[in-house]
Order: sequence, then C-alpha cells, then structure tokens
Amino acid sequence: MNPLAGYLLVAALLFSIGLAGALTRRNAILVLIGIELMLNAANLNLIAFWRYGPHPEALTGMMFAIFSIAVAAAEAAVGLGLVISIHRHAKTTDLDAMNRMKG
Amino acid sequence: MSFVFYLIAALTVAGGLAAILFKNTVHCALAVTVAFAGQALMFLALDAQFAGFAQILVYVGAVAILIVFAILLTRNSETPKDGVYSKNWFVGLVIAAGVFAVLGWAVLGSVRVLPGPGGAPTATPAVTVLDIGNALMGRYVLPLEIVALLLTAALIGAVIVAMHEKERAK
Repeated sequence: MNPLAGYLLVAALLFSIGLAGALTRRNAILVLIGIELMLNAANLNLIAFWRYGPHPEALTGMMFAIFSIAVAAAEAAVGLGLVISIHRHAKTTDLDAMNRMKG
Repeated sequence: MSFVFYLIAALTVAGGLAAILFKNTVHCALAVTVAFAGQALMFLALDAQFAGFAQILVYVGAVAILIVFAILLTRNSETPKDGVYSKNWFVGLVIAAGVFAVLGWAVLGSVRVLPGPGGAPTATPAVTVLDIGNALMGRYVLPLEIVALLLTAALIGAVIVAMHEKERAK
C-alpha cells in the first residue's frame, strides 16, 4: 500500500475514534480526551503530507503541526480549567445533567 | 508499508479505542497517553524528529498529567452507576462511522495521485533542528509571537477560570 495513504487512513481512523468519544461519552473530561485525539489525527495528516510532499525542505507542514501542538496544549489547559470550574459549580461533570444555561 | 508502521498504527489505534471504551476514567487517561505516545512514534517514523519529541514533551508530559489532575480534582475516578455513555450515544456512533466512511473513501479514491514509492521523492528530507529554528526566527516569527501571546493568555485564563471564588462563597 502507498505509505502516505496508510498514514492518512490511520489518521482518519483516529479522528473517527475521537469523534465517537466526544459524541458518546457523558463525562466532560472524556469528551476533552476525544477532542485531543481528533487534534492529534489532524497533526498526523500535516506531518504525513510534509514528509511525502514535493517540498519538505520548505517546512510548511512541520511548522503547522508544531503550532497546532502548542494551540492544542493551550486548549487542553483552558478546557480542563473549565471542567474543574463547572464541577465546583454544579457538583458534576456529567454532560447529560448540565442541560441548562442558567447559572 | 513496513512491519514497524503496522505495529505503531495498531498501538495508536488500540490506545485510542481503549480511551473511549474503558469504564474507569483513570484507565481512559492512561490509554489516551498510550495513543499520544504511539502518535509520537509515528512522527519519528515519518522523519519528523522535532515534532515527535515535541509531541512526547507536550502530550505525554503535560496534557496527560493535566487530564489526570482534572480527573482527581473532580473525583471522577470511580465508575458512575448509570453508564458512561450519553443517552443518544447511537447517533454519535453513526455520525463517527459516517465520517470515517467518507474520509476512508476519499483517501482510497485518491491513492493513485498521492506521492509515494512510485515516482515522487520519498528520500529522507534533510531537515535539521537548526533549519527549524531558523524558520521559526525568520519566516514564521509572527506566528511564533502570536503563539507565545496565546500561551500566556491561556495560562492566565486557565488559572482565573479554575480559581476558587472566595468572596461568593461567604
């Protein structure tokens, strides 16, 4: 099989697993884990296209992936801070129980 | 496709699957760490050493610890009695399967135009960390500054959001 297609298929599978986790789990932390898996799959695509693209010395895909890792780390920190704040407020992290926007 | 690729891919996918299937939240956090490590190995297999080690430092080192801290701070380590999946889990599963079907169909349909061992270059790109540093300080210096600003804002924002509100508690 084509190596690039193999990496793209693995990335698609990881993205779908993350999407399934984000859509089906109740716990807010598990939803964040699913979102992290989806971001990782996107990074894998960027690196694979960088490696097998025509101009790897231009470093475009690599830079995109590095900045994406940094943004994902910031997202994880803020997201988990929000989860802790919500847990303090509502005493639960069950997303099905948080069905109103009133504080 | 080499044996190593299949091994790493199986490890990563198994870690990801275990992370969303396990009942215990702490086990999920450990499984997603395995998935992050497998992804870092995949970056190394793609000759992206810098991104691979950045992945290990940021994900295996920091994000996994953050997730474990959040689980312990919200006392989620015990399994809930009324199931771990949401009420309409079937819809989510169908959506995810549909997304995978579309993505897989697109990838498999474009295999013959993808660069690969057939014609396009597959030689190891001669990229050193020096090149990456030069690019970060030259062409990509503006995004680097923006990311620095974003990380500072995220740090302060996360602390403020998670900070204990003492005045309101009185």
